[in-house]
Amino acid sequence: MTDTSPRTTGPGAGEAVGAASGNAVAGGADLVLTGVTKRFTDFVAVDNLDLTVPQGSFFALLGPSGCGKTTTLRMVAGLETPTEGEIRLAGQDITHLKPYRRPVNTVFQSYALFPHLTIFENVAFGLRRQGKPDVDAAVAAMLDLVELSDLASRRPAQLSGGQQQRVALARALINRPQVLLLDEPLGALDLKLRRQMQIELKRIQTDVGITFVHVTHDQEEAMTMADTVAVMNRGVIEQMGAPMDLYEHPMTTFVANFLGQSNLIGGRVLGSDGADLEVEVHGTRLRVPRSRGAQDTGEVWVGIRPEKVQVCAPGSADDGPRSRLAGGVITDASFIGVSTQYLARMPWGQELMAFEQNTGAHEQFRVGDHVELRWVPEHTFLLDADQDANAGVERVDEG
Amino acid sequence: MSHPAPTQAAETQPPAKRPLGGWMGYLLLAPAALWLTLFFIVPMASMVSTSLYDPTGSLESGYAMTGHVQNYLTVLADYSEQFLRSLMYAGAATIACIILGYPLAYAIAFKAGRWKNLMLVAVIAPFFTSFLIRTLSWQLILGDQAWVADTLRSLQILGENGRLLDTPVAVVTGLTYNFLPFMVLPLYTSLEKIDPRLHEAGADLYASPFTTFRKVTLPLSAPGLVAGTLLTFIPAAGDYINVELLGNPQTQMIGNVIQNLFDGGSYPEAAALSVTLMAVIVVLVLLYIRKAGTEELV
Repeated sequence: MTDTSPRTTGPGAGEAVGAASGNAVAGGADLVLTGVTKRFTDFVAVDNLDLTVPQGSFFALLGPSGCGKTTTLRMVAGLETPTEGEIRLAGQDITHLKPYRRPVNTVFQSYALFPHLTIFENVAFGLRRQGKPDVDAAVAAMLDLVELSDLASRRPAQLSGGQQQRVALARALINRPQVLLLDEPLGALDLKLRRQMQIELKRIQTDVGITFVHVTHDQEEAMTMADTVAVMNRGVIEQMGAPMDLYEHPMTTFVANFLGQSNLIGGRVLGSDGADLEVEVHGTRLRVPRSRGAQDTGEVWVGIRPEKVQVCAPGSADDGPRSRLAGGVITDASFIGVSTQYLARMPWGQELMAFEQNTGAHEQFRVGDHVELRWVPEHTFLLDADQDANAGVERVDEG
Repeated sequence: MSHPAPTQAAETQPPAKRPLGGWMGYLLLAPAALWLTLFFIVPMASMVSTSLYDPTGSLESGYAMTGHVQNYLTVLADYSEQFLRSLMYAGAATIACIILGYPLAYAIAFKAGRWKNLMLVAVIAPFFTSFLIRTLSWQLILGDQAWVADTLRSLQILGENGRLLDTPVAVVTGLTYNFLPFMVLPLYTSLEKIDPRLHEAGADLYASPFTTFRKVTLPLSAPGLVAGTLLTFIPAAGDYINVELLGNPQTQMIGNVIQNLFDGGSYPEAAALSVTLMAVIVVLVLLYIRKAGTEELV
């Protein structure tokens, strides 16, 4: 579970993590972006981006709106031209190739189905334009795959959102592109349907083995489906890797906050002791495995995920080595069924989050109780203190 | 769907107003119905009956209602040339309006950006001047001494003594000019409704810009094209001002004939010709809508 391997991937680092690329067929059909920059008149949407998407992988570009992920996707589709840089697919330079000459298809955010054509003709559109034979049989098989055969003669307006989404997928997939681009394809669906389609998409991707590049701002969606997730912010990739690696080992405050939630506490590295770093946090000394540090000297953010934090009565016993922060007072306890979410105010004024599973094995605390926060030292991570501790925090109230 | 309780429906539609619903619709229709009855149906009936009067009568001596169906045969035999010319000129003007208007409407809908409203105002602006004045000004533009004719003569496109004014070209030009906004506006309306992402989807699905236009944009703009064609062709076919001001006796359209017949007091023939024109246009329009509606104009 814990990630102990040393990391070389830093913020904005380029090389893809190919290890997790599922059923990738060996071969040079990777999608490679080199030094890609897209400048619009008043801002830089994508800034010197290096990215390799291995053939056959399910790759997610994750980030908040305006981070450049959709622009990146559109450049791969050919709907935008990079200001600088190069895009290669299977070794071929496609940077300036017209969109209709690229072996790439897109599932658009709003689906963009042709309203005047039947579902059948929508799906057949790409094959007909390419002059492929046996269009009817191919369309029938594809409609079968997405379970829409009985709606073939309907128009898009007569379908529900989920059905339209499947038509959009079928219309792109039937062309057997080398890369399928998905632009927030599940954004318009309600939560239940979205979960269902996530599983469906993953199944279809595994079946057909086509490279999927999926753009989303939903971290759960990215982690559920993708082999590799690249977290984008302000036109650059902050960090890239398998979902679990990213979650367990964030390298920037943005990733720590955008992917799940994190407690970030100001601290200072005092020195090292073998494989461990010694860190001082508001008067308390903690040990952190050296491999868990994005930075190993000077001022740092000491990070810990809320679900890793145990809320304990002061002085109670532990069943192993623990990092401890004493002197907390519970300021909020929200019981949400599977877990209880606590806020504890620490002596230096900061409120830390702790999520306790309601296994019945823990004591329940109330507002005002004095507590100690503890966690397994290997779960701590250290980040560069020059970064904004609130980067990537979702502010729901700002909409 | 069958769940919502009756109380809910009652909340959204105050029950106090519901009894009005039945005759409220008729009440709202009444002014228009009255207007149409007085100024369309009654005159229409009068026109049809006039077309069957004995043509030997006159305004002074009065007309006798003799069911004189021969009026129709007479006017068709006498004026079939002007009839065909009307349809040809109107057709030519409609085609010219499509050729000029479609790119214009397309540009306003997709390419104009912040100039969109200004361009729309420019399309409508001519309506601020009277139809008559605008057509008269074409007399100046197409005149024998004006630069247009001069240029065409120097380019050998027009003969040494060639003219623009008083020719079929001038009439069709005038018709095209006068009815162009009626083509552009409905076209713009239907083009503007097309989601630009459909163009991207076309490009993404291996369709070149031209193919995307042919397979996506054109079929989706068909309603505007049909409406524009009708709004241009129908009034153009019955127009007489353009011939009056820009044409000559050899370019007379059916509208001029009807006007002349009225001026000469031949009311039965004029009415017969008017009824025939209406009938022909109704038939043409029905055929056109039927074709456009079923074959998607691809």
